[in-house]
Amino acid sequence: MSKLLTVALSPHEKNKDSVSRLMYDVVIALIPAFGVSLFFYGIGALIITLTAVLSAVIFEYLITRYMLKKPATIMDGSAALTGLLIAFNVPSNLNPGFVILGSFVAIAIAKMSFGGLGNNIFNPALVARVFLLISFPVQMTSWPVPIESRMKYLDAITGPTALGQLKEGIMGGNTVSGVMEKLPSQMEMFLGQMSGSMGEVSGAALLIGLLYMLIRRVITWHIPITTLATVFVIQGILWLVSPERFADPVFHLITGGLMLGAIFMATDYVTSPMNKMGMIYFAIGIGVITVVIRNFGAYPEGISFAILIMNSVVPIFNRYIKPKRFGELIKDGK
Amino acid sequence: MLKTFPKGGVHPPENKISADKAIVELPLPKKVFIPISQHIGAPAKIIVKRGDIVKVGQIIASAGGYVSANIHSSVSGKVAKLDKIFDTSGYRKDVVVIDVNGDEWLESIDKTTTLIKDISVDSEEILKKITECGIVGLGGATFPTHVKLKVPPKKIATTLIINGVECEPYLTSDHRLMMEKSEELMVGTQILMKALAVDIAYIGIENNKLDAIQKLSELATQYKGIEVVPLKVKYPQGGEKQLIKAIINREVPSGGLPIDVGAVVHNVGTTVAVYEAVQKNKPLFERIVTVTGKSVKEPQNLLVRIGIPVIQLIEAAGGLPEDTGKVISGGPMMGKALNSLDVPMAKGTSGILIMPEDESKRKDDKPCIRCTKCVSVCPMGLEPFLLMTLGENQLWERNEDERIMDCIECGSCVFVCPSDRALLDYIRLGKNKVGQLIRERKVN
Ligand code: SF4
Ligand code: SF4
Repeated sequence: MSKLLTVALSPHEKNKDSVSRLMYDVVIALIPAFGVSLFFYGIGALIITLTAVLSAVIFEYLITRYMLKKPATIMDGSAALTGLLIAFNVPSNLNPGFVILGSFVAIAIAKMSFGGLGNNIFNPALVARVFLLISFPVQMTSWPVPIESRMKYLDAITGPTALGQLKEGIMGGNTVSGVMEKLPSQMEMFLGQMSGSMGEVSGAALLIGLLYMLIRRVITWHIPITTLATVFVIQGILWLVSPERFADPVFHLITGGLMLGAIFMATDYVTSPMNKMGMIYFAIGIGVITVVIRNFGAYPEGISFAILIMNSVVPIFNRYIKPKRFGELIKDGK
Repeated sequence: MLKTFPKGGVHPPENKISADKAIVELPLPKKVFIPISQHIGAPAKIIVKRGDIVKVGQIIASAGGYVSANIHSSVSGKVAKLDKIFDTSGYRKDVVVIDVNGDEWLESIDKTTTLIKDISVDSEEILKKITECGIVGLGGATFPTHVKLKVPPKKIATTLIINGVECEPYLTSDHRLMMEKSEELMVGTQILMKALAVDIAYIGIENNKLDAIQKLSELATQYKGIEVVPLKVKYPQGGEKQLIKAIINREVPSGGLPIDVGAVVHNVGTTVAVYEAVQKNKPLFERIVTVTGKSVKEPQNLLVRIGIPVIQLIEAAGGLPEDTGKVISGGPMMGKALNSLDVPMAKGTSGILIMPEDESKRKDDKPCIRCTKCVSVCPMGLEPFLLMTLGENQLWERNEDERIMDCIECGSCVFVCPSDRALLDYIRLGKNKVGQLIRERKVN
């Protein structure tokens, strides 16, 4: 026999999944929301997206290549995805310098300093968002008004988000119904016609992305659906108790970054739990904290903080919440 | 709703290309190389010497311990020598080399194909015949059948499960057997029921073998206590624990045996071999082997005498394809890659699978992205990514706590991992180390 046979341990068969396929599937799932952003925010959306993606990829390349001296890992698509998510999480009139700084924080600090893909505890794009929010509160909370700002970038006309208006109104002694009169209809907001971070405004488009990821089995329903359901139920109870003090649950589902957070940020593989039960507790935690911050906290929006807080307990979840094993354990000596 | 096991599992491409190929007998070779260790347990002891004349079915090595099995000559002729050659395990093992001369069977063997339905012997006699005839599990595990049939004290067998799942992709030998030896399978099942004193037997078959389900279901109406259970296609349903869960919805405890939940599982091939042993006095010296692969010219289901070198089986299927990269004994999920084609086939060789070059090499492994896919598909509810990390860090005790010994080595985790991680390699290593720890603890 002249031919050399390959000898390897089983299994000898593999499916076609790869890291890059999964990452690019997430990118595809983000396309509908990106399209809506382009429609409402025009060039601003385009500029910050390109800036964020390019800078994230470049930072990743430079760090792996020259600081870690390892083969560059940019081809797996994870850095590009992080960049895209940073853009989705900031207002579309943000100065490019801040966007680049955000990418640096996400890639260099949140991802690489923990050891790169697979080792970070906190979602890199969210770390960037919260870092920018705390460092530059004014720029990070002046949101372009949809449609009117289409052809503008840094000079966009700005206005508050729906959640911001709600918080301000309630603080100012107004009733919920008084605030609602000034807001667009729920249908308009669901489709994305409101002020907000670039990629968070259209619940409808984000849900299409969710559906795509579920069909492609990129993620399972556990985190997104449980998060949304938790917010809906708890907010629903508050609303039933006092409809003039608390907004209705549907309003809370379609405004702010909840959909974006529940569907794309909380589901990040690396920073979410490793089994179904853990995912459900994790998602309930995110939902509860979000509702608490939105209704009782100083900030109008709480989803980013909620996800980061729950990110920090994931290692503990992974240690103590185990998948259901097959067959009970018989103790030694029976 | 078809039954299946609830936890985990994967759907590898089925590739059952030889499903419609009727069983053909492979012509006798000039020489056979019969390994004396073809089963789990102690090797058999050789009782022939060079120059002895043997007949087909004559015992040439006798069981070397409680867990062991007799080995019989698969041909008639002269013992040429006692040798050591590589076998399917990849190690050098003792073999009996026999020069073939004619095809003279022992007179005691009934060579006819007449079906004998009446079971005239009692359970003790059944066990004796199975032991004598060297029957072992033909599904691949090769555990001696007579040992599996002895119910330990304080345990009671309530259900017999016949495994016709054949969940490994490509393999079709069990499928063909169910089609072509249906009646023998039924009688064999009744013999096993009698041996175990159970009233119920289920034959589990996956829904991709509709013809076999139909044929056996019709036959089953004539046999008391036998029921055919169609199952949803899902790998690794042929695993004993998964099959028991699917059919009678009971979970074998961790570290336990099927008998702990009253079940005994036998493969369809084994069951037919039991029929032949008890009703026809025929020892286990031949079996059905699927020779298959995407580039194989004529995929086949062959009836092959034990001890024929694998290369001769491949030649009968049109020869070794140009683009061969890997030759596997068994299926693609759990089979063993062979390092030589001269190894003799044995009782446990259910298939010879030839993989083309481009499907043979592993991809480089990349960091774990913690996608939880391996956890979702593990039929035993384990966390393969964690078992591997613990193994890399040599944390064997932690591995034991995480129930590494429950792993059935089905390979589902590796099949789905997008980072191409060598999960099962590390899990095997971990099982090995933990096994050592457990043995040391028993000694102290
Ligand atoms: S850990 Fe073991 S039992 Fe679980 S999927 Fe992997 S090989 Fe199969
Ligand atoms: S399937 Fe692979 S990449 Fe995903 S968690 Fe398991 S080991 Fe990690």
